[in-house]
Order: sequence, then C-alpha cells, then structure tokens
Amino acid sequence: MPTPPQTSSAYELEHGQHRHHVTYPKFLWKCFCAATDGGPLFYAWMIFLTVVTLVGLSAWSHQVTEGMAVTGMSDHVSWGLYIANFTFIVGLAAGGVMMVIPAYLYKDRNMLDVVIVGELLAIASIIMCLLFVTVDMGRPDRFWHIIPVIGRFNFPLSMLTWDVIVLNGYLLINLHICGYLLYTRFQGRTPKAKFYLPVVFLSIFWAISIHTVTAFLYSGLGGRPLWNSALLAPRFLASAFVSGPAFIILTLYILRRLTDLPISEKAIKTLLQILRVTILINLLMIVSEMFTEFYSGTAHTASARYLYFGLHGKSALVPWIWSAIAMNVIGAFLLLSPKLSKKPSWVQLACILVFFAIWIEKGMGLIIPGFIPSTLHEIVEYAPTITEWKITLGIWAFGLLGYSAALKTTVQVLRGRVSVNT
Amino acid sequence: MTTQNKKTEPRSITLPVLGQVTRRTALKAVGATLGIAAFGKAAQPMIENFASISPEEMFQKHYKELDESERDTVLKRLETQSKEEYGVDVTIRDLPPLPGVKYGYAINLSVCNGNGECMRACHEENNHDRDSNQSYIRVLEMQQGSMDMEKGTTTFTHAVPAENKFYMPVQCQQCDNPPCVHVCPVEATWTEKDGIVVVDYNWCIGCRYCEAACPYHARRFNWQTPNVPSEQINPDQGYLSNQIRPAGVMEKCTFCLHRVRDGRLPACLEACPTGARVFGNLLDPDSEIRWVLKNKRVFLLKEDLGTQPNFFYYFDR
Repeated sequence: MPTPPQTSSAYELEHGQHRHHVTYPKFLWKCFCAATDGGPLFYAWMIFLTVVTLVGLSAWSHQVTEGMAVTGMSDHVSWGLYIANFTFIVGLAAGGVMMVIPAYLYKDRNMLDVVIVGELLAIASIIMCLLFVTVDMGRPDRFWHIIPVIGRFNFPLSMLTWDVIVLNGYLLINLHICGYLLYTRFQGRTPKAKFYLPVVFLSIFWAISIHTVTAFLYSGLGGRPLWNSALLAPRFLASAFVSGPAFIILTLYILRRLTDLPISEKAIKTLLQILRVTILINLLMIVSEMFTEFYSGTAHTASARYLYFGLHGKSALVPWIWSAIAMNVIGAFLLLSPKLSKKPSWVQLACILVFFAIWIEKGMGLIIPGFIPSTLHEIVEYAPTITEWKITLGIWAFGLLGYSAALKTTVQVLRGRVSVNT
Repeated sequence: MTTQNKKTEPRSITLPVLGQVTRRTALKAVGATLGIAAFGKAAQPMIENFASISPEEMFQKHYKELDESERDTVLKRLETQSKEEYGVDVTIRDLPPLPGVKYGYAINLSVCNGNGECMRACHEENNHDRDSNQSYIRVLEMQQGSMDMEKGTTTFTHAVPAENKFYMPVQCQQCDNPPCVHVCPVEATWTEKDGIVVVDYNWCIGCRYCEAACPYHARRFNWQTPNVPSEQINPDQGYLSNQIRPAGVMEKCTFCLHRVRDGRLPACLEACPTGARVFGNLLDPDSEIRWVLKNKRVFLLKEDLGTQPNFFYYFDR
C-alpha cells in the first residue's frame, strides 16, 4: 500500500506509546459504522443480501429440525450441493494468492495497492466454506467433537482433520494481514514489515495447501474411481486459479465503478495474464482426464460415462458438463483473443463465463458423479431440493454481505476517511 | 461520506429519550431491530431443537472414554428415553468382545437364490426405519459368467432364482484395513478387538465422509428419525449395534454384535432358508468358517482395493 501520511495523535508522538486499548475499539466501531453507511444502492444491495441470508437461515432451521431428508441426498449420493459449493469456494479462497505473489514476492506496486481485495476474498470464502460444512453435518450440535483436545481429533489419519487445520489457519492468517494493515492505516502509521510480511509469505504456501488438502479428501478414496486420480489435486489448483482471479477481476471493475479506490489498469492486466495461462492449463487437464477415462474403457470409467454421455438411460448431468466445457472454451477464447481481451466488457463476460463453468465443473461435474454409479453400481441420481437451494444461496448471500461490508470499510480506511483522527 | 447527500446538515428528528437523532440513524435503528427480529424468527426452530437436547446427551463423552459407571448411566438414560418415546421396555447392553475371537462371514454363491430373507431379518432385528424398508444387506442379481457388478442389479421383483443369474448379498465386510475408520474426523467409528467395525451413535457428527469412503455401500445415514412402530421394536438391543439410532448419525451392519457376543448367530444367517451363510471365529481352527476358507475356492470383493475384508464369497464348483 502507498505510504500513509504521518498523522499519529500528538499524545502518541510525544509519549511514544500506543494506546491500543482505546484506539482498537475505536477502530472496530468506526469500521462497523463505515460498513453500515452508504448510498441507496449500497443499502438496497445489503438489505437484499440480508433477506436472502435470513431465508437461508430459516431453511437451515427447518433442515435441523426435520432431518436431512429434506435434502435430495441419499445413501447413494450422500454429498450434494453443500459440499459441491464448499469445494468450489475453497478454490476461490486460494485464488487470492495470485494477487499476493506479484504484489509481495515481485513487489508489483500496482498490485500492492489492490491485493487486499484478494485477501478479503479469502476471509469471506473461508467463512462460507465453514458454513457449508456446518449445514452439511447431520448433527451440528455435536460440532465440538471435532475440536482438538476437547473432542477427538483423528489427526493425522483423517484428511478432514487436515482440512480443519489448514482452512482455519488460512482464515487466521488473512484476518491478521488485513486487520493489521487496516488498523495501522487507521492509526496513520506505517505498518511494520516484521508483523505482517512473514505471515504474507506463509499465506502463499498455505493457499496452495488448502486446496491440495481439500483435493486429497477425495483423491484418497480408493472406492471412488472418478476421484481416485493423481490429477485431482493439480486440477483443483488450476481451476482455483481460474475462478479466483476471474472473481477478483470482476470485483475490481465493480470497485472502480462504485468507489474512488484507485485501481490501476496494470493490476487488472496482470490478473488477466495469469488467467490466460491458468484457463489453458485447466482445459488441458480436462482433455487429459477425458482421454484417460475413455481410451482405456475400463469399468472404472462408469462415472465419467455417466457424466459426459449418460449411463443406462440416466443422463441428468450431461447438459451441465457440456455447458461448463462450452463456457470454459468460449471464455478461454475471449481471454486469449488479442483484440477482444482489450475491451473490458469482453473480459468481464469471459470472467463470468469461466466462473460459472468452474462452479459446474467442481460441483455437478465432480462431487455428484463421484457417487454415480454407486459402489455397487446402482444408478441413483441427485437433484437438490428447494431447501438446499435456499440454504446454499443464503450462505452465498452471507459471504457477499461480509465481503461487501469489508470492502466498504477498506475503501473508507484506505482513502483516509476513516482514521483515528476523524 | 460520498457526494450523495447534497444538504449540509443531515435531517434530524426529535425522539423521546434519545433526543436529536438524524433520520438516517433512526431508519438504521428500525432496520436493525427488524433484522434482529427476523433473525430470531428464522433461527427459532433450530434453537428449540438444540434446547431439547439434555446436557448429559450434549456433553456425553466418546464411548472409549466412558468408565463402567458412566456407561451404565448412559445405557439407563437411553433405555428411559426409549420407554418415553415408544412406550416399550428395552434392554440396551454393552457386551464386551469375547476373548480370542475374530469373526468371519462367508456366503456360498452356488446356494444363495436371492430370496432376500436375510434383508428382511436384518430390517426387523436392527430396528430399521420402516418407511424406507432399510436394511444393511443389498442382494445383487448378477449375470452368469461375469463378476462385473455393472452387469448386476439390486432392483428385481421377479421370482428367484432367475435363469442365467446368480445372487450375491453384500453387507459390511468388517475390513481389517477399513477406509471408513481412517477418514472419520472424530473417531466415531473404529474396529473392535473381535474385528467388528462399530459406530458410537452418540459421538457421530454426521459428516458422511465414511459413507463416501466405503467401497461396499455398507454404511447408512439416518436422514431423519427412523420410524419404527412400538409393537415391532426389537427390545434386545446393543449400545454399539441395534439400539434405535437418532437422526443425523451413521450406522452399519455390526454382524448383530448384541447376538454374536452372546454366543448366538447373526439374524441374517438364522433367516437364510438355503443355508448359504457361514459365520464363525476365524481364530478357531475347528470352526466351519475356517473349513470353508481351507476347502473352498474363496474370493474377496474388490480385493484390489486392499481393504482386507473379513467377508468371503465362494462357489461350490
């Protein structure tokens, strides 16, 4: 971030002290005020998101009291929309690292100004992930069983315990980085490198780990041939580095439109260049997987056959996966075209397309077909119920609510309108 | 503030107690109140549900951490709950594994004719949900000449045995290298000394990772509270086996633990009219199961996955 003006209070400069017990609550209160203040469009957006969140909460209440039979899941397809979204959003969280690397490792000035957008996305995403896991639990009242020491934590055998550690760790890392940078800016001080730079470099490796561990949840299961592939972890990372930057590019354009945060065109260009590479890697991995599944024609390819072409007359996922592939290809073409990718509207369209394409690919294109056919080769299809959609949209709305509030506050703090002196 | 508000002074109104308040702040306060009320309304059913769970149940320790008196307290509490909910006197026992025993189960596929009595017996013995006609056993009708389950089916309603078919019941294989045990994040499932893989229904958090991991479709989830009419409840229950499970937890075949640790046989074996099933102690060299393993050509389901099942299949010829 650019060097802030030295406007520490006179008391602090004189006494060389930091009255954190006074300043920090003031910071939190000012942030809360900044997050709840804005124009009519802001209020409309936040109220809309709040309403959707509450609809989701009500639906979750219904699910907890009636049991998970209100979802479309079954003993055959025992993970559905919730875990599909969880898997996708872990990728979004990891995608922010594509800003952190140029900003901090290669000291890209332009990226440094906006990298906080990616770090805040990581926070909102991890919170959404934790919520999706919670609503997927059959007994959320027994949440404490998974806490180490208090409960029984099956570490290191269970990959889920690794996921608990890496996801919560990543949340804390990004909360620290964003919190520290915003707080120091609020105080009008220069942030001290030793308090955040090591954490930033840790976050680069940690981001890779969160999605690798999440992939290992699936790729370690020998009984699920569609998932039991060495390519799964690389595929997860590749698609994360498509969906993450795509979402961030869209956010940057929106911020440029609605706020006075200076967003350099170079920062967007850097993300675009990263996207051009990762979209091709992702497409290559899809091709590699399709070849491996269909050339050998072994019994293990039944899930892939169901997904891409239908199996024994059941083909609910076929339109979804081919739409995803089409959107990926069109998006790639738009991003790679020298002429079209110069125009923001084509870039934005491409980002929207690839974002949804990856959402389908990771969700309906991976989690669901992993269960079809079942381990005894029965074909039981899955479609989410209204309750599942309500809860899913509710969590997305809550995440966007938090992200919008955080961005609003960040803009106010970075532009100096919220500081210890105001 | 942004350039939205053109007036130099925000409009204010005078409220009792609070005095001068800007219209914006007043609106925000109303909004916040409405929001909190809506939040309370939305969360109410869930909060009521959580409040109905007794503290003893909420904070019950893992099965392995309970000492004998704590275990007795838990069993009594569950028996009382059963009496309150169903009006039936049940006995829930926690039988320890018999020493020097490791259970093995074998099915003679030349004899099994797909009649499905084993499925029905399991359904009744283990207090399964009636609405879904649940059972731990699934009988596959397989194509003669192929072991490929892709060519098999579990949904057949014609008379059995059909021409050119053979029948293969599949249930929990009680693996020695069980993927379900490895993946459970809270150790709610583990292998007992006699080889049976069990679930602590009061510890399971319902994440269903074990269901994803099992290659044999052996695990079942309670998508809702099971519906078992009082007069059909089997009152002879085991804590780790056929006590009536609550909603939101996993369950599986336990080789009728409450029977076999008492010296009896699993319900499925007793119900089988063709005599296709063989059960016994793998550590006893004189047992029938050991004879089968020695004299019959035995195979394991999905052996290449390395799960090391204790469930064996064989043909007579």
